[in-house]
Amino acid sequence: MENKNKKASPWKSLQFGLAILAGLLVYAYGFQITKVDLEDLRSERRQESLTRAVRELARPEIFEYEQAEEIINAPIYVPCPTGEVPSLPEPDKSGPYLIVTPSCAAAGETVRVEGYNFAADTKGPLRFIPGSDPTNVVEIGRDNVQTDADGSFVHEMILPERLSEDVQYLRATLRHNVGTPHLTRTAYDTWDKIVETVFLALLATTFGTFLAIPLSFIAARNLMKPVKSPLSSIALSLLGWPLGIALGYLVVRWVNGLSDPFAENIPVNLVSILLMPTLVWLGIRWALPQEEITQPPLNLRLARLGVLFLTILVSFFGLFQLASLARNLGLAGISALGPFAFLGNFLFQVGDIVSIITPALGGLAAGAALSSLMGRIGLRSAEKLTSASVKLFNIVFATLAGAVTFGLLGQLVEWLYRIDQPWYTLWGPVLTGALLGLALAVFTKAKDTLPTGLVIYYVTRTLLNGLRSVEALVMALVFVIAVGIGPLAGAMALGLHTIVSLAKLYSEQVESIMAGPLEAIQATGANRLQTIVYAVIPQIIPPYISYTMYRWDINVRMSTIIGFVGGGGIGFLLQQNINLLNYRAASAQMLAIAIVVASMDYISSVLREKYV
Amino acid sequence: MLQIKNLTKIYDGGVKALDNVSFDVPDGQFLAVIGLSGSGKSTLLRCINRLIEPTDGQILWNGEDITKASPEEMRRIRRKIGMVFQHFNLVHRSKVITNVLAGRLGYINPAWSLLNRFPKADMEKAIKQLERVGIADKANQRADELSGGQQQRVGIARALMQDPEMILADEPVASLDPVLAHSIMKHLEDINDKDGVTVLCSLHFLDLVHRYADRVVALNEGKLVFEGMPREIDDQKFKDIYGRDAERVG
Ligand SMILES: Nc1ncnc2c1ncn2[C@@H]1O[C@H](COP(=O)(O)OP(=O)(O)OP(=O)(O)O)[C@@H](O)[C@H]1O
Ligand SMILES: [Mg+2]
Repeated sequence: MENKNKKASPWKSLQFGLAILAGLLVYAYGFQITKVDLEDLRSERRQESLTRAVRELARPEIFEYEQAEEIINAPIYVPCPTGEVPSLPEPDKSGPYLIVTPSCAAAGETVRVEGYNFAADTKGPLRFIPGSDPTNVVEIGRDNVQTDADGSFVHEMILPERLSEDVQYLRATLRHNVGTPHLTRTAYDTWDKIVETVFLALLATTFGTFLAIPLSFIAARNLMKPVKSPLSSIALSLLGWPLGIALGYLVVRWVNGLSDPFAENIPVNLVSILLMPTLVWLGIRWALPQEEITQPPLNLRLARLGVLFLTILVSFFGLFQLASLARNLGLAGISALGPFAFLGNFLFQVGDIVSIITPALGGLAAGAALSSLMGRIGLRSAEKLTSASVKLFNIVFATLAGAVTFGLLGQLVEWLYRIDQPWYTLWGPVLTGALLGLALAVFTKAKDTLPTGLVIYYVTRTLLNGLRSVEALVMALVFVIAVGIGPLAGAMALGLHTIVSLAKLYSEQVESIMAGPLEAIQATGANRLQTIVYAVIPQIIPPYISYTMYRWDINVRMSTIIGFVGGGGIGFLLQQNINLLNYRAASAQMLAIAIVVASMDYISSVLREKYV
Repeated sequence: MLQIKNLTKIYDGGVKALDNVSFDVPDGQFLAVIGLSGSGKSTLLRCINRLIEPTDGQILWNGEDITKASPEEMRRIRRKIGMVFQHFNLVHRSKVITNVLAGRLGYINPAWSLLNRFPKADMEKAIKQLERVGIADKANQRADELSGGQQQRVGIARALMQDPEMILADEPVASLDPVLAHSIMKHLEDINDKDGVTVLCSLHFLDLVHRYADRVVALNEGKLVFEGMPREIDDQKFKDIYGRDAERVG
């Protein structure tokens, strides 16, 4: 073996040399495309602007003094008029004044400018004002002067190439600070935006966490693996989703119609909002008894289902009434609350959001409910019917479910890409789905259970991993297109990114919980939901808190730069100031970011220590 | 009456943990399950409430086949079978009282569980069970603050909350010292005597078997190798159960 190694050694060194050469090539190419060029860094112009930028960065624009200005003009002729020099008026020596000698000269010549009676130790530009108007705002030159302790200065100045027969002027503008320092405009803007930044992160984190928790359960292998159902149940529950969503949406819209006539009627709003919870409570109490030792008769169960349905309608009516009330109160608040008008606005927006998402929510809830109901019917049929009839059942409903599901997916593609070819986006998928369903029904045993849970788990995992690999900044770009430039786009992008990354982290925690308590709770007869509430959730609370804080940290950091792509927050201001070469303002914003990030870091570490 | 008929369990990896096991347990009996580590005791007990799906065979309880029960029926069956574990299996971060109340979950409507609400009667019942096992004063402590013996009592209280007709105890005292072991076993004996609950209890120590069990079944590599009274275990039987090189201790 060793011998063989030795023999191969020239070939090996050649390989090694080639590898080094290849590495060199890669780096050389890398330098080329990343434009590494120190020559450019050494150029004087660049050095100068770098120095300026660094100096300005070191002085963030946070405080400033009120400035007092002394602006004094002195007349001058450029060039000297032919003939007699008109006599110039004596300067008013009661205040600051300038003496120019000589009082006329040719362009390019040097004149001596003396200033007296200015405030002591002030600085400012000394400029040439072309044209014969002393109030002209155009100034020429780069000269600066500084007064001494007596308030006077002497400066030699070269006259510019601006010729006129009329009198022209030199202007000294000397500024000095008065009073105590106060916050700059930049500081106020920075404050506004940093608050926006923090709240953007807060909203993204809370909504993200809220939605990531349920997702993390279906992305956890240990919870999903035991979920198995027969084909009859899968097919029916697949059919239940679209049916339920459509029905639920229609019904909730109908309730909305019932509620609309009373939208402006605050007393009716109030009465219904007060009455609804009582009715809903009574309905739930009757329809869902807390404990049941024996199975009640069928007609009682049907009656309960009916009451539950009515209760849900009533609660949706209440929600719409609540939304109207919030909007009305919000509108009233906006005009009446003065500095607290944002509370009114908040109320109004919440009302608006509730009234918009309620139908969607109703649709989803109905979809879930109908799907689980139909799934149960499927399960029952698989248990009670003979194998042959279950087979028939499977063939019919699996075909139907496949056709409907694939057809709807095709229609989604159609809506996204507008392919406008029904064969590809409707009939093709319908046929494929039907055939797949049929094949599944034919080739599985009628009463066999299929690993539904694992399929859902893999689909969820794939989706999560795919979405997670898209940077939040890129998501923000997409949302900017969808909802426009502003903090909403940033919040949605961060929120989505939070959902997917937290769901992944959370689900890993769910997968690593102790199996013992899970087993013990299952052994008591608890169903899946109860097992999650009593055995899973208590175990995952500490890591969940810890991950949520960690995410909150990241979101604050991200929200400071999400403005670069139009996502709102302080990043927008920062980018603007950098582009305008306004480094002092940019420095103020960077300082704000540093302070916020550092304090978030500190707060979250304290909280983590306390609660985890 | 519990009837185990030709029960076989083959794990995914191909291990035959139970091999054609059959025996009956009359109502109200205290049955000990013995055997070496890895002989299939835990598998047997978990097949009875289908925490583990049997590969083959039947488990009839009062005439109903547990192996064929639907999820809904399984919920109804499980709530009548309490279970006690070697490692107690309490939810550590929950309060003792919550752990005990969890025994009612099979009766509670899941919608109410979402709100973490139990009926008042259950709360009172939970306190009563804790009193019965002598740790009512710990009700509001976190479960992981309790000692092992106390945790196992919580486990028993949880099983009692189910109003069980049968209790499966998987080495309930294997993690406890001998004194505590007796006190836990006495609780199980008491439940068996006073409430008429059938008890299936896997045990490692023969003196405990002699002291508490009415009848014994023994497993060796998944096969039923002995079925009878504790006192019938003579040296020969002992070697059948535990292997030829085994020696009796205690
Ligand atoms: N989940 C599993 N997957 C695969 N094999 C398993 C699994 N659980 C147990 N086994 C195997 O099945 C056999 C019986 O295990 P079981 O836990 O029932 O034994 P036991 O008698 O309870 O042992 P102990 O006294 O150590 O608790 C062992 O060989 C074990 O390795
Ligand atoms: Mg065991």
